[in-house]
Amino acid sequence: MNFDLSEEQELLQETVRQFAANECPPTRVRAIFDGDAGHEPELWKGLVELGLGAIAVPDEFGGAGLELLDQALVAEALGGAALPGPFLAHSLAGLAILWAGSDLQKKTWLPRLAAGERLGTVAFDDGGERWQPSDWSLPAGPTLSGVKSAVPFAEHADLFVVGTAGGGLALVERGARGAVTRDLHGVDRTRRLGELALENTPCESLPNGVAASARVRDAGLVLLAADAFGGAQHLLEASVEYAKTRQQFGVTIGSFQGLKHQLANLAVEIEPARGLYWYAAHAFDHVPEESERSAALAKAHLTQVYMQTARDAVEAHGGIGFTWECDVQIYFKRAMFDRAFLGTPAVHRERAAALAGW
Amino acid sequence: MDLSYSAEYEKFRGEVKAFLAGSWPLRGDEAKLPGEKRAALFRERAIAAGFLARSIPKRYGGSEQAADVLKAQIIRDEFARARAPGEMAGIGPSMLVPTLLEKGSEWQKERFIAPTIRGEIVWCQGYSEPGSGSDLASLQTKAELRGDEWVINGQKIWTSGAHRADYMFCLCRTEPAAQKHGGISYLLLSMKQPGIEVRPLRQMTGAADFNEVFFTDARTPKDWIVGKRGEGWLVSRTTLKHERNMIGDAANALATFQSLVSLAQRTTRAGKPAIQDPAIRQRLVQLEGYVRSHQYSGYRQLTKAAKSQDPGRVQLMNKLTSTNIGNEIAKLALDLLGDDGLYEPGERTLGAGPRSNAQWVGQFMWSLGSAVAGGTANIQRNVIGERGLGLPRDAAASAKG
Ligand SMILES: Cc1cc2nc3c(=O)[nH]c(=O)nc-3n(C[C@H](O)[C@H](O)[C@H](O)COP(=O)(O)OP(=O)(O)OC[C@H]3O[C@@H](n4cnc5c(N)ncnc54)[C@H](O)[C@@H]3O)c2cc1C
Repeated sequence: MNFDLSEEQELLQETVRQFAANECPPTRVRAIFDGDAGHEPELWKGLVELGLGAIAVPDEFGGAGLELLDQALVAEALGGAALPGPFLAHSLAGLAILWAGSDLQKKTWLPRLAAGERLGTVAFDDGGERWQPSDWSLPAGPTLSGVKSAVPFAEHADLFVVGTAGGGLALVERGARGAVTRDLHGVDRTRRLGELALENTPCESLPNGVAASARVRDAGLVLLAADAFGGAQHLLEASVEYAKTRQQFGVTIGSFQGLKHQLANLAVEIEPARGLYWYAAHAFDHVPEESERSAALAKAHLTQVYMQTARDAVEAHGGIGFTWECDVQIYFKRAMFDRAFLGTPAVHRERAAALAGW
Repeated sequence: MDLSYSAEYEKFRGEVKAFLAGSWPLRGDEAKLPGEKRAALFRERAIAAGFLARSIPKRYGGSEQAADVLKAQIIRDEFARARAPGEMAGIGPSMLVPTLLEKGSEWQKERFIAPTIRGEIVWCQGYSEPGSGSDLASLQTKAELRGDEWVINGQKIWTSGAHRADYMFCLCRTEPAAQKHGGISYLLLSMKQPGIEVRPLRQMTGAADFNEVFFTDARTPKDWIVGKRGEGWLVSRTTLKHERNMIGDAANALATFQSLVSLAQRTTRAGKPAIQDPAIRQRLVQLEGYVRSHQYSGYRQLTKAAKSQDPGRVQLMNKLTSTNIGNEIAKLALDLLGDDGLYEPGERTLGAGPRSNAQWVGQFMWSLGSAVAGGTANIQRNVIGERGLGLPRDAAASAKG
C-alpha cells in the first residue's frame, strides 16, 4: 500500500516547478498574458527540452514512456505557475495519435511532436457543449467540412486532431486546402483558443479513433483536474501571503476571523482533493474499470474547487483583486478554462451518475 | 503508487484471516453467551493473538506489538469484513488509555488500562463547564487537597455517558493563584460516590446521552492525579499518536454515502426513483467528490504515517472534513425523505431495515452534534488558519490563552 509519489515523480515535479520559477516568473506570465503574440515558441521549446513534448509517448517514438500520473504532475506544476502554453492540447494530440494512429502515422508524427518540431492540438468542440466524442457531428470522410470551436492554439498549431461524427479522429495539417483558423479571444490568455474552419479539407483518419477518442478525453479530464489543483493551491498560498502582510485597523487582516475562516474553508476544500486527481491518474493506467468514472469525478470536483478558490481569492485581495493588474485574474481565467474545457462539472457529474448505473 | 499491499503484508493478512476463521463467530456453548460477553471473550483472544490493543504493553493487558500503521489497517479491514468486534470503542480506550500510557504513573497504568480496554470499566470525560466550552482553560471546577484526598466542587456539563460511567477523567482548577492554563490538574475520580449528582440532559434527538454533573465535596485519592499538579492542561493535550486511524474515518463516510445512494434509489419523486432526478444526481456526485477526496487523502496520510513522514496540514482538517461531509449527507437525506422526515427518530416511527428513515432523521440531527462536540467547526477553522496556514492568532483568544 503506497498512495504517494515516488522520488522520481517528486523530482519531475520539482524540475518543472524550477523551470517555471526560472524561465517564466510572474512578470513573464504577465507579459505573455498582456501581449498579442499568444504563444511564445522559446518558452515552449524550453519545456520540450525538458522532455515534456510527449512525456507519455514511448521511447521508440522519442517520448519518455511515462504514465498519465507523471503527465498530471507536470500539469499541476504548470497550473501552479499559470504557465502559458500548449502543454495540454499538444499532449492530447500526441496521445490521440499514439492510441488511434496506424504504425506509419505514429512513426511519422510522434517523434516530431516529441521533439517539438511540430505543435499539435485537438479540435473537439462542435459548439454548444458538444465536447464528448458521442456528440461530435462533423461528417467523417476523405475530406472534412465544418467548423470546430474552442481549439487551443488554433492559430499556432501545425497539426490538428479533429473529432468526427461517431467519435472518430482525423488529422489535418496546417495549410491543408480549405483549412482556415482564427483567434476567438478566449478569456484565458495563457491558453489561447481559436476556431478551425474546414471546407473539403483533405485529412487522414486515425484508424482506431472510435475506440480511442473517449480515452483521449479522459486523459484530458485528468490533466485539467491536475492543472486546477495546482492553480487552486497557488491561489490559496497567495491569498494567505496577502492576508499575512496587508494591514487594516492597525492589524494584519489575517487575524480577522471572517477572513481566516474563509481561507481555512478554502484549504479544507483544496488539500484533501489532491488525492482525487492522483487516484484518477493512477486508475487511468492501472484500474481500467474505474478509469472513466474517476476522470469525470476528478475533473468535475477539482475544477469547481478551483473556480470557487479563484472567486474567494479575488475577494481576499480586496479592490486590488478585481484589477487587471493583479495576477489573481490570470488564475481566475485559467479556472474558467479548466472548468468549461471538455465539458462543465454538471456534464461530467451526470456522466458519473450514469456510469455508476444510477 | 501502488494500492496493493506487499507480500509481507499479504502474509500478515493471511494470519489475521486464519485467526478470524478459527475464532469468530464463537462456537458451541460460547455462541449462546450474551452479546457483550461474547465480544469480551473474543477480544481477550484477539489481544492474546496480537491483533488488538497492539500499542499497549503486555503488563497492562495489551499485546505489545511494534507500531505498524499498515498492519493496523489490515486488522481493521479484516475484522470489519468478518464483522468481528474490533478495538473497544469509547472515550476510555480512545482518550484516557493513551493519556495514561504517556503521562500516567505505574500504578495507574496497572490498575486502569487493562479493564478499560476490555470494557469492564467505563469512563466519561469531564472537561466542559457551563461557562467554559471553547474557552476550556477558563474552567472553574475546583479541587482542593485536604490530607490524602482531593475535594472537588463545581459543575461539568455535556458529559457524554456520565450516567453509565464508573469513573471520570476531568480537568479541575487546583492552583487558584496560577494563571489560566497553569492552574489546572488532570484528575481521575469514581462516579459512584455521594458527592456526585448526574442529571440527564435531553438532546434534540430526544435521547439523553449527555448530562450535567454536579460535584459537592466529591472525593478522590491524592494520587489519582495524572501528571503533576498544574500540568493538567498539557496532559489533556496528549493525543493518540500511535496507529492513528485515518482510513477508518473515511470508510465510515463512504459507507454512509453508499447508504444515501440506496436511499435515493428506494425513495420516489413524481412516481420515479429519486435517483433519476437530475438535480439529485448532481448533488450525489458532487458529494461523492468530497467523500472520495477524503478517502484518498486518508490513503495518503496512511502512507506518510507508515513512512514516518509528516502528512502536513491536511491532518488538521480531518475533523472539519468529516463534519462537513456528515452534514451534507444528512441534508440530502432529509431532502430525499420529504414528509417521511416529519417523524421523530424513535423506535415507534418508521420501518426498520438496513438504515431506516427514522435513522436518517436521527443522523440529520446528530450531524449537528458533530459540528459542536470535541471542538466546534469554527474552532477547527481557527486551528487550520493559525497552525495550518500560519495566519496570526485571534487577538481576543490569544490574549486569554
Ligand atoms: C454531542 C455532544 C457530546 C459532548 N460530549 C462531551 C463530553 O463527553 N465531555 C465534555 O467535556 N464535553 C462534551 N461536549 C461539549 C463540547 O466539547 C462543547 O460543547 C464544545 O467544546 C463547545 O463549547 P460550548 O458548548 O460551550 O460552546 P461555546 O464555546 O459557547 O461556543 C458557541 C459558539 O461560539 C463559537 N466560538 C466560541 N469561541 C470562538 C472563537 N474563539 N472563535 C470563533 N468562534 C468561537 C463556537 O464555534 C460556537 O459556534 C459534548 C458536546 C456535544 C454536542
